[in-house]
Amino acid sequence: MQSVISIKNLSKTYADGFQALKDVSLEIEDSEILALLGPNGAGKTTLISIVCGLVNPSSGSVEVSGHDIISDYRAARELIGLVPQELTTDAFQTVWQTVSFTRGLFGKPAKPSYIEKILRDLSLWDKKDNILMTLSGGMKRRVLIAKALSHEPRILFLDEPTAGVDVELRKDMWDVVRGLRASGVTIILTTHYIEEAEQMADRIGIINKGELVLVAQKAELMRKLGQKQLALHLREPLERLPGGLDDYELELSSDGRELTYLYSTQGKRTGVRGLLSALQGAGVEFKDLDTKQRSLEDIFVTLVKEQS
Amino acid sequence: MNLQGVKAIYRFEMERTWRTIFQSVVSPVVSTSLYFVVFGSAIGSRIKEIDGISYGAFIVPGLIMLSLLTQSTANASFGIYFPKFTGTIYELLSAPISYFEIVLGYVGAAASKSIILGLIILATANLFVTIEIAHPIWMLTFLVLTSVTFSLFGFIIGVWADGFEQLQIVPLLVVTPLAFLGGSFYSINMLPEFWQKVTLFNPVVYLISGFRWSFYGVADVGVGVSLAMIALFLSLCLGIVWWIFRTGYKLKP
Ligand SMILES: Nc1ncnc2c1ncn2[C@@H]1O[C@H](COP(=O)(O)OP(=O)(O)O)[C@@H](O)[C@H]1O
Ligand SMILES: [Mg+2]
Repeated sequence: MQSVISIKNLSKTYADGFQALKDVSLEIEDSEILALLGPNGAGKTTLISIVCGLVNPSSGSVEVSGHDIISDYRAARELIGLVPQELTTDAFQTVWQTVSFTRGLFGKPAKPSYIEKILRDLSLWDKKDNILMTLSGGMKRRVLIAKALSHEPRILFLDEPTAGVDVELRKDMWDVVRGLRASGVTIILTTHYIEEAEQMADRIGIINKGELVLVAQKAELMRKLGQKQLALHLREPLERLPGGLDDYELELSSDGRELTYLYSTQGKRTGVRGLLSALQGAGVEFKDLDTKQRSLEDIFVTLVKEQS
Repeated sequence: MNLQGVKAIYRFEMERTWRTIFQSVVSPVVSTSLYFVVFGSAIGSRIKEIDGISYGAFIVPGLIMLSLLTQSTANASFGIYFPKFTGTIYELLSAPISYFEIVLGYVGAAASKSIILGLIILATANLFVTIEIAHPIWMLTFLVLTSVTFSLFGFIIGVWADGFEQLQIVPLLVVTPLAFLGGSFYSINMLPEFWQKVTLFNPVVYLISGFRWSFYGVADVGVGVSLAMIALFLSLCLGIVWWIFRTGYKLKP
């Protein structure tokens, strides 16, 4: 895969001395949806802001389609659309004016048919002559997306696009995003909702405390870290684990009624068969069992814990 | 060169004027007319002529300058302050547009408004007194240079200001007093010698004097000095704007 954004050893220390990014390197592939996942304050917005030109990097470099974001900023920025995290719009312009304004700012000649198309796709067409100030939060979010798309960017950044957004808009937005991806647009979204990353992304990057902890294909991430958990509900409570089961990392609940076994679904042998016969050998009987896939949420919590 | 981008900013700013037409055009015209009525008739009945020019006609260049200075500063500072305030500045910073082009859009629009305003005031004044313009080309040169210079100055104020108070304090407490004390309504030769010397430290004196010369061929200070002072102030503002963008001062963390 060819990378469309290449981030190398990027660090950012703000004027107050706070280091928001620590030596981040990341290759973003062409036409993928990459989700940057991380808790509040992790540095997601800072990373996006540097790529888009809103924040000066302290060190490191970023290239967009081979164009350095500082020495060749025009070529780099022409390719990028940004939907910021905050609902920031002008107050007095109409929807149509503000979307056309952005297109002009990006150096593109007017193209009403295209603006009409994005406004329709985002269910904004009947609001095109409304003054921005009079719009609801959800509508403003739509306007920000329309503005970001107004100059036909090849790369779209969505910073926390669904924070405080209703179900309908979320659906519209994902439709638009899937349509864009199908037309070859690369999409980078940040979120702290794991389900969102799980649902939408091809790859997931996890950021915590300014560090890029890990980047992986979503499926691979799930596989690599996606352990399953086997829970055995015992017929008779145990006081301690009987001998002969030492090969397995088992955990006994405090009331002695439940044994849990963590295993990887990735390996050839999960060890479940062996465990069951070993249990039989030790005379431990169980009345029921269940298995559970670990969610990204669990994976994330583990990763973040490991890091700190 | 991203001309579309410059045009977008310029149009945005001019549309803003249209929305606030009352504030940006009607009110300066009304206040100018009031100055005429009050100063023209109250003082004009005591001072018949200055340097051989009727008092009413004498104050016209000063009145225009007064509006140019305050309106250029106010317009340009608000133009860049507002996106900073609402956060929409993210668009400017993320667009493929150079700093020079951003300034061209904002300062160009603010200066255009001032120039139009100056001409409207001139036309309004013409209803009250007979005006002759001895050096029309120089008159326009002074008009344009002053508008551009003070729009740049306003741009700087807009970037610097952290709140609406700071935004208003400079036009109100610096520009207006300097314009009043800069000989808008009198010739500095009428002042006691000591105050004449003090006044020479007021940069606005040179603007008004040069501008008045382009109308009536008489000046408090030499025309060359006037032009040099404008050029100096213009370069100073350009230098500061260049520094602002080079360092990202108050725009880019
Ligand atoms: N302009 C700034 N000056 C100082 N610190 C900042 C600034 N902007 C962000 N930060 C700090 O940097 C950290 C990362 O912020 P941000 O990138 O917005 O995180 P996220 O988007 O992941 O929530 C936070 O601790 C935030 O307080
Ligand atoms: Mg953020």
